[in-house]
Amino acid sequence: MRAVLFGVSFIITGALVYILGSSSLLPLPLGQFLSPQHGIWQNAEPVKENFNMALNFPDLKGKATVYLDDRLVPHIVADNDEDACFIQGYLHARFRLWQMEFQTMAAAGRISEIIGEKAIHFDRGRRRLGMVYAAENMLREMEADPVSKSQVDHYTAGVNAYIASLSESRLPVEYKLLGYQPERWNNLKTALFVKLMSLTLAGFSDDLALTKAKAFFGDEQLRVLFPQVADSLSPIIPEGTLFASPTVHPEAPATADSLYLGKTELAGTLSEIEKPDPANGSNNWAVSGQRTQSGAPILCNDPHLDLSFPSIWYEMQVTTPTMNAYGVSFPGAPGVIIGFNDSIAFGFTNAGRDVLDYYAIQFKDDTKTQYRFNNEWKNSQIRIENIKVKGKPVVYDTVAYTVFGPVGYDNSFPATDQPGKNLAIRWKAHDPSNELLLWYYLDRAKNYGDYKNALQYFSSPAQNVVFASKSGDIAIWQQGEFAALWNRQGVYVMPGDDSSYMWQRFIPMDENPHILNPERGFVSSANQRPADSTYPYFIPGYYDLYRGIAVNKKLSALQQVTADDMMKMQNDNYNVFAETTRPILLKYINDSILNDAENKYLDLVRNWSLYNNINEKGATVFSLWFDNLKKQVWDDEFEKAGVALRPSAATLTEALLRDSSFAYIDNINTPAKETIADAVTNAFKQAAVTADSLAAINRLSWGPYRDPSIYHLLGETMMPFARTGLPVGGGEFIINAMKHKHGPSWRMVIELTHETSAYVVYPGGQSGNPGSPYYDSFVDKWAAGEYYKAWFMKRGEPEGNRLVWKMVFEPK
Amino acid sequence: MKFIVSVILTALLSFAAGLYLPWWSFAIIAFLIPLMISQKPYMAFLTGFIALFLLWGGLSWWISAANEHLLAHKISLLVIKSDNPLMLIGLTAAIGAVIGAMAALSGALLRRLIL
Repeated sequence: MRAVLFGVSFIITGALVYILGSSSLLPLPLGQFLSPQHGIWQNAEPVKENFNMALNFPDLKGKATVYLDDRLVPHIVADNDEDACFIQGYLHARFRLWQMEFQTMAAAGRISEIIGEKAIHFDRGRRRLGMVYAAENMLREMEADPVSKSQVDHYTAGVNAYIASLSESRLPVEYKLLGYQPERWNNLKTALFVKLMSLTLAGFSDDLALTKAKAFFGDEQLRVLFPQVADSLSPIIPEGTLFASPTVHPEAPATADSLYLGKTELAGTLSEIEKPDPANGSNNWAVSGQRTQSGAPILCNDPHLDLSFPSIWYEMQVTTPTMNAYGVSFPGAPGVIIGFNDSIAFGFTNAGRDVLDYYAIQFKDDTKTQYRFNNEWKNSQIRIENIKVKGKPVVYDTVAYTVFGPVGYDNSFPATDQPGKNLAIRWKAHDPSNELLLWYYLDRAKNYGDYKNALQYFSSPAQNVVFASKSGDIAIWQQGEFAALWNRQGVYVMPGDDSSYMWQRFIPMDENPHILNPERGFVSSANQRPADSTYPYFIPGYYDLYRGIAVNKKLSALQQVTADDMMKMQNDNYNVFAETTRPILLKYINDSILNDAENKYLDLVRNWSLYNNINEKGATVFSLWFDNLKKQVWDDEFEKAGVALRPSAATLTEALLRDSSFAYIDNINTPAKETIADAVTNAFKQAAVTADSLAAINRLSWGPYRDPSIYHLLGETMMPFARTGLPVGGGEFIINAMKHKHGPSWRMVIELTHETSAYVVYPGGQSGNPGSPYYDSFVDKWAAGEYYKAWFMKRGEPEGNRLVWKMVFEPK
Repeated sequence: MKFIVSVILTALLSFAAGLYLPWWSFAIIAFLIPLMISQKPYMAFLTGFIALFLLWGGLSWWISAANEHLLAHKISLLVIKSDNPLMLIGLTAAIGAVIGAMAALSGALLRRLIL
C-alpha cells in the first residue's frame, strides 16, 4: 500500500515536470517558461540596468571602449577596423540577436524549422526565388575581396562571441516563446541579410499580372493604363538637364512584335511568391549652402519601410583610425548604412526600377533536366532544397536552374493541382556582387570623388544615393546595375527559348541618372521616375509621383533653410495628390441627388485643409471616395481580364484631367453609357455609406481610421509586443509617408556646419528585448515629429553628461 | 521547528540549484529534504508547497518590480489573456508550489517506505 502511494505520488511529480517542461500538452512549456531563474523573468531587465562591462576576447587585437549614451546608443572607439567590426557584431547580437537570426532564416526559407508546416509554402517561395543562391553568389565575392572578407569575418566572430556567452536564461524572449535556440552566425547569413534588402527593395514585379492583362487589353492599351512617364512628373534630375547620348544600344528581337507584344498568353500562374510592399520607398534631399541660413549644406533622409519591433535599424557611432561615422546600421551586417562622418553625409531612397523579369521555359519532360534553348535541348542544373519542418519529416523541393536563373514556377509550384507555365526568374539580385564595399568606402569618404568611387560597388537593390560634404558639394546618383532594355523589354513574360530576349549589356555607371551641385540649389528624390522622357534608356519601374512633386515644391520655396525647417518638412502632411484630384471630384459630383447626410460628408471634403492630420475627417472621406472611384472606373474591365492589378491613382487622376470622357469610365457591364458625373457620384454615395459606419464607431478621423501601428516581427500573434493607435498623420503620396504599419523608419537631418549638428529619431528603441525600457523608447518622440540631437563623439573627448555606461573590450 | 527548517532549506537549496542546473532541479531538492528530515507526508506536502510558492513567487515579484512590470504586462496578455502582472506572478508561484509539493510528498512517502 505504501509502495503504491509512493509510486502514484512519484509518477504524478514526474508527469508534472514533463508536461510543464514541454509543449506536448500546453502551447508553452509553462514551468520552464515561467521559472524565475530560467524563463522569461530573466528577460525582465531592471529599469535601472547597469550596462557597464569589462569583456575579454582572444579575437581582439587591441583595447577598445564602447561608450553607451543615455539613449543606449553605442559609440565604439577602437584602435583598428577589425576590432570595430568584432564589437559591432557583438553589440548587434547583445541587443538584437533574435531579429537578425530570424530575418536571415526568413530570407533563406527556413521558417518551417521554427514554426512548423504552416510555413512550408513560404519557405518554398523564398528558395524558388533563389534567395540562398543569390546569397551564395554574394558570399563568394565578399570572401574573395580582402577588405570585405576581413569585415565580415570579424563581424561574424563578434556575433559568435556573444552567442557563446549566452546562457539559457538570457535567451531572448522570442526563443523561449517559440522554443528553439540560436545557431552560430556565419558570413552567409550576412549575405542573406543583404539579399533580404534586395528582395524588399528590388524584388517587386507586376510582370505576371500584366502578361495576363495583355491577353485582354493588348499592349497598346496597357501603355496608356500603365504609362512610363506621368504628365506631372517632377523627376530627380531636373527637367532640361541634358543626358549624354547612350553608349549601349540594346536590340529588340526580330520576333518581338509577333511573339512578345501580341495578345499571347504566357502568364502562367497568378498566385505568386509573396511580393514586397511596392510602397517601400523613402525621401531624401540635400540643400546646398547657398540656400541655408548657416551657409552649410543640410542633408535629410527618411526611409519608408514596414515598421517593426525590433526596428530594422540600430543606431551607432564607429570610430577607428580610418573612420568616424555615425548613423544607423543593419543588425546582421557591418558598417554604418545611413548617416554621416567627419566630412560628408549620405542617405538613400529606393530606385524602384524593375530588375526582375520572367522567361517562359519549355522542359523536355517532368524531370526538368533539359529545356529548349536556341533550337536545342540544354541541360538545367537541379538544386534540391531540403526544408526542415518542426516536428515533421524534411520536405524536399526540386528547382531547375537555367541560363536565366531558377525556374520558380513549374508543375509543382505554386501547387501541383494548378499546373501553369514554367517560369524562370531573371533577377539582378542573383548576380555576384559585393555591396558591403559601398558602405566600407562611404563610411570613410571625405569628398565627392570618394563618394563616386564608393558607388561603383553597388549593384542591387538600386538606390538614389544623396550626398553632401562639408566642402560644400551636394549630389545625387541613381546607382545600381541596370540592364539596357529595348522598348517594352521585360514588361511581360518573355519567351525563354530564344537568347535574343535575354538581357544584353548593362548601362555604364556614368550614364545612370546623377547630378552634382545643380543650379536650383538642392537635390532630392522620393521614388519618382529619375528622369523625364529625354533620358535615353527604357526604364520601367514602380515609381511614386506626388511625394516627389511635394518635396521639390517645398524645397524650391524655401530660402534661409534651417535644420528646424527640414524637421518640419519631414513631418509635413500636405497632400499634393488630393490637391490635384479634389477639384475633379468636386467639379463632376451631382450634389442635387444627394441626401442631407451625404451632403454633410461632401462638405467635409469641400472644407478639408488638404492636410492629412489625425483629426481631419475630410481626409478620410476623400480617400474613401477616390478608392470607390477607382473601383467604378477599373473593376469592370480588369475583372474581365482576370487580374487583381489596377492602374495607379496618379494614372486615373491624370487621365481624368486630360479627358473627362475617358473611355474606361463607362461600365461595360451595363447597357447605359456612364459619364464621369455618374462615376464620381456613385463612388461618393458608396463612400458615404462607409463613412457612416466609420462615424458610428468614432473612426472617421484620419488618425483612428488608419490606426498607425508598429507590429512585432511575428505580427498578429504577438500583439502585446506591438504599439497601436499612434497619433501620426500623413499617408500615401505625402512627405510624412505614414500608412497603417508602413512609414518613416528613420528620420535624420544633418547640418554640415564646422561642428556637425545631427537630428535623428526612429520608431523603436535600441534594445530588441520587449522586457527592456529601451524596447520602444523613441516611439513617442518619433510619433510627435520630434528628434534627438545626436551626440557625435570625438575621439578622446571628455565624456561629459551624455555618457552613462562604458563597455571595455580587451584581448584575453 | 522541523517545518520551518525544511521550508527554508528547500527554498535556499532550490535557489542554489537553479543557478547551475535545469529549471526542474528544485523538484529534486524538494524530494530530498523530507528524505533527510522526517516529516508526516501531509506536512512534507505543505513544506514543498510553501517553500516553492515563496521562492518562485518572491523571485518573480522581485525581478518584475525592478522591471516596473514592463514585461509582465506583455507576457500576461500573451499567456493568460489579461493584463495582470500579479496574476502572472501568482501563476508562476503556483506552478513552482504544486511541483514542489508533489516532489516533497513523494520524498516523505519514500522515507516511510524504506525506513
